[in-house]
Amino acid sequence: MSDGSTTLRGTPNPEAPNPQLPIVQRLRIRFAKRGRLRFTSHRDFGRAFERAVRRARVPIAFSSGYTPHPKISFAGAAPTGAASEAEFLEIGLTETRDPEAVRAALDDALPPGIDILEVVAAREGAGSLADRLEASEWVIELRDTPVEQAQVAVDAFLAAEQVDVERMTKRGMRTFDARAAVQSLSVGSSDGPGVAYAILTVVVRHQNPSVRPDDVLSGLRICGDLTLEQTPLATRSAQGPLDAGTGTVGDPLALDRDAP
Amino acid sequence: MSVESVFPRLEPLLPTVGKPIQYVGGELNATVKEWDDVTVRWALMYPDAYEVGLPNQGVQILYEVLNERDWLLAERTYAVQADMEAVMREHGIPQFTVDAHRPVRAFDVLGISFATELGYTNMLTALDLAGIPLHAADRTDDDPIVLAGGHSAFNPEPVADFLDAAVLGDGEEVALAISEVVREWKDEGRPGGRDELLLRLAASGGVYVPRFYDVDYHDDGRIASVRPNRDGVPWRVRKHTVMDLDQWPYPCKPLVPLAETVHERYSVEIFRGCTRGCRFCQAGMITRPVRERSLQTIGEMIDTGLKESGYQEVGLLSLSSADHTEIGDLAKQLGDRYEGTNTSLSLPSTRVDAFNITLANEFSRNGRRSGLTFAPEGGSERLRKVINKAVTEDDLIRTVTAAYSHGWRQVKLYFMCGLPTETDEDVLQIGVLAKKVIEAGREASGRRDIRCTVSIGGFVPKPQTPFQWAAQLDHETTDERLRKLRESVQSDKRFGRAIGFRYHDGRPGIVEGLLSRGDRRVGRVIEAVWRDGGRFDGWSEHFSFERWESKAAEVFADQPVDLDWYTTRERGHDEVLPWDHLDAGLDKEWLWEDWEDALDPDALEIEDCRWTPCYDCGVCPQMGTDIQIGPTGQKLLPLTVV
Repeated sequence: MSDGSTTLRGTPNPEAPNPQLPIVQRLRIRFAKRGRLRFTSHRDFGRAFERAVRRARVPIAFSSGYTPHPKISFAGAAPTGAASEAEFLEIGLTETRDPEAVRAALDDALPPGIDILEVVAAREGAGSLADRLEASEWVIELRDTPVEQAQVAVDAFLAAEQVDVERMTKRGMRTFDARAAVQSLSVGSSDGPGVAYAILTVVVRHQNPSVRPDDVLSGLRICGDLTLEQTPLATRSAQGPLDAGTGTVGDPLALDRDAP
Repeated sequence: MSVESVFPRLEPLLPTVGKPIQYVGGELNATVKEWDDVTVRWALMYPDAYEVGLPNQGVQILYEVLNERDWLLAERTYAVQADMEAVMREHGIPQFTVDAHRPVRAFDVLGISFATELGYTNMLTALDLAGIPLHAADRTDDDPIVLAGGHSAFNPEPVADFLDAAVLGDGEEVALAISEVVREWKDEGRPGGRDELLLRLAASGGVYVPRFYDVDYHDDGRIASVRPNRDGVPWRVRKHTVMDLDQWPYPCKPLVPLAETVHERYSVEIFRGCTRGCRFCQAGMITRPVRERSLQTIGEMIDTGLKESGYQEVGLLSLSSADHTEIGDLAKQLGDRYEGTNTSLSLPSTRVDAFNITLANEFSRNGRRSGLTFAPEGGSERLRKVINKAVTEDDLIRTVTAAYSHGWRQVKLYFMCGLPTETDEDVLQIGVLAKKVIEAGREASGRRDIRCTVSIGGFVPKPQTPFQWAAQLDHETTDERLRKLRESVQSDKRFGRAIGFRYHDGRPGIVEGLLSRGDRRVGRVIEAVWRDGGRFDGWSEHFSFERWESKAAEVFADQPVDLDWYTTRERGHDEVLPWDHLDAGLDKEWLWEDWEDALDPDALEIEDCRWTPCYDCGVCPQMGTDIQIGPTGQKLLPLTVV
């Protein structure tokens, strides 16, 4: 999509109205959505982040044109209500900054619960960040389900070749397979005080339509007669490249971290 | 005794409601204090959805002013949406504040800011969810004082049964004064209970306590008298006026939400009050006199406000912003200061005046040049004279020509329909004017793609204005006039797509009219509508005229009054109006003379008393106030922008 002049990679178009400074540094950011702020929607977060960038006085680049937009690109946002330890975005700057200083300034400018965990400079020629986000690992707490009961549902789910689930999307009710995208699914037990309950760990490959934690839960309900009193808390614990051998989710910033 | 947060009970339910972020709080600059560290606790409510209520200046100002005191605590609460209301009822979760999720009933004062009467049903929802009895008479010492403020508080009679108290005018000083009274009463061990507290507030002369006034009626339905029923309660209750806005530079630390809201900008009031004398304008009548904020304070507020919020837009608020005596300097200096920072400045409420184009150009130096809005209000010259809005057709054409020739592509014009003495012909003039605007714009810009949007609101006569006696136009005639207007424009192919129309049908205005000029008998209608499911009356998707109409008919079945009696009936000189005992400072005789002048084609224009001699509206001598305007010759501080 062209919006006038600078893109995260391109050069300014001198013909565009409100010409802006070019991008000299791209920063990749990992952040967390925690606690009550996990109810922040992707859209809400986008605007809040723009304001945080201004409060933190990060020299963000803008697009040219009649309505200049800050150069921020989001990748693979967690659904509203899900917590996450592994959300990613990329910003373009007009001046070079120390990534750690930017991390601290942005974290300070955002409310507690939206926490900036890591900032690294993008390594040129190492490929796009979005392309590296191949899969996610989710941890889902089933606070009113015993481990054994969850295990039965999980076994049935894994044994199935296809598990069709329904979800309401903007384009109406959609039916799609929730099974194929699931790389792995296991059941653990809570170890805190009180009655032990099941905790699922699931690795899901990103595809279209995306299979989200609640789709996996719908699949478990269908396969294993799993009933849930409360909406379970789902937390994205990792997001990144999928290791084909081990089936685990890697670090998407590893290629940039040691950039010269 | 500490109060428990409802959040642990609420959190598991949030995934089941729409836009849960509106209920979690956690805004930047929000304040959460320890319950036991303070003596007096306020819950501040804006009775509309979070997305509308959060940006409200009044609530943000009081929130900050109150929380700055170490013995006070203020939290906020908003109207919950229908899905949330159902969830809360099902799970027994009470109305809560978004700051610390404390139950509203636990606070000492529930202060509700009514910018419009259409929030009344939402107040009832909140009271009911909070477990606070709807009727003030049924409340106990365990319930908060339910206190109304905002423009609608200048006639709170329709909600008198539900309120313990109301305050008129600027809230900063009186909120603190009320807090002092509450603190003293609590420190003394709450002598005399709730009744004694209300009596102390009423005796101050600045707080209206409806229960201490009796209303008697004539057989024909008109009010015979309104009189105090307790010793020490004044006959009239006075409005509050903050005189030095530089002493009250709020909001300093604006609340910045995560959720999307209707205004996402840092707003600073550059002055309060307006003395242009437009006869329909309640705000202009009840906020007198004009009190300007100095350039230096405005400059400091914007600097801090932007740093604290990260907003990209600044709104310079007032009732007619271009009238600030130093607006030219302000525009120029702000333009210089924020050059190249992608910060945009906006100036709502501008008059039809070519000078405003210069200002608008200055303001758009750093950002967008989208559309300009002007408000001629009346379609014909005759009607503009009736409302004392002295804008000539030449003024308007000159102004829009300047706008279009400076690269603005879209001009919005705001009008009203249903003004006193209005005929079909006056409304059709709106279309004629819009066509002339497009013609002038095409000539000035040399382009065909310019647009003019005509936005039309139905006129609702308001208390404390010269039109408080006027008959409101019935909604059938309003709709018919708007239909004729639309036809006259759309039938002309040369302008078809260049002129856009935005208007609502006339029916919501009738309900607003009932609630604006109603008396205590209207309270039963509000309650009946609410019990029947009425909520969010300001939202067209929730508003039901049929419900209001049928409930009014039921409630008034055995009364000499009805919906028409409150709305389309013209009042006479000697009629006691429901708000006569509430003193905005305006001399009732002056208002009446101004109403007569409106109807007299030979009467002279009332000029602005900022620049011409006083015309004796009564406010300054009655309230002990003065016009406070510059120029001060000050500069914005020479701050550098990174």
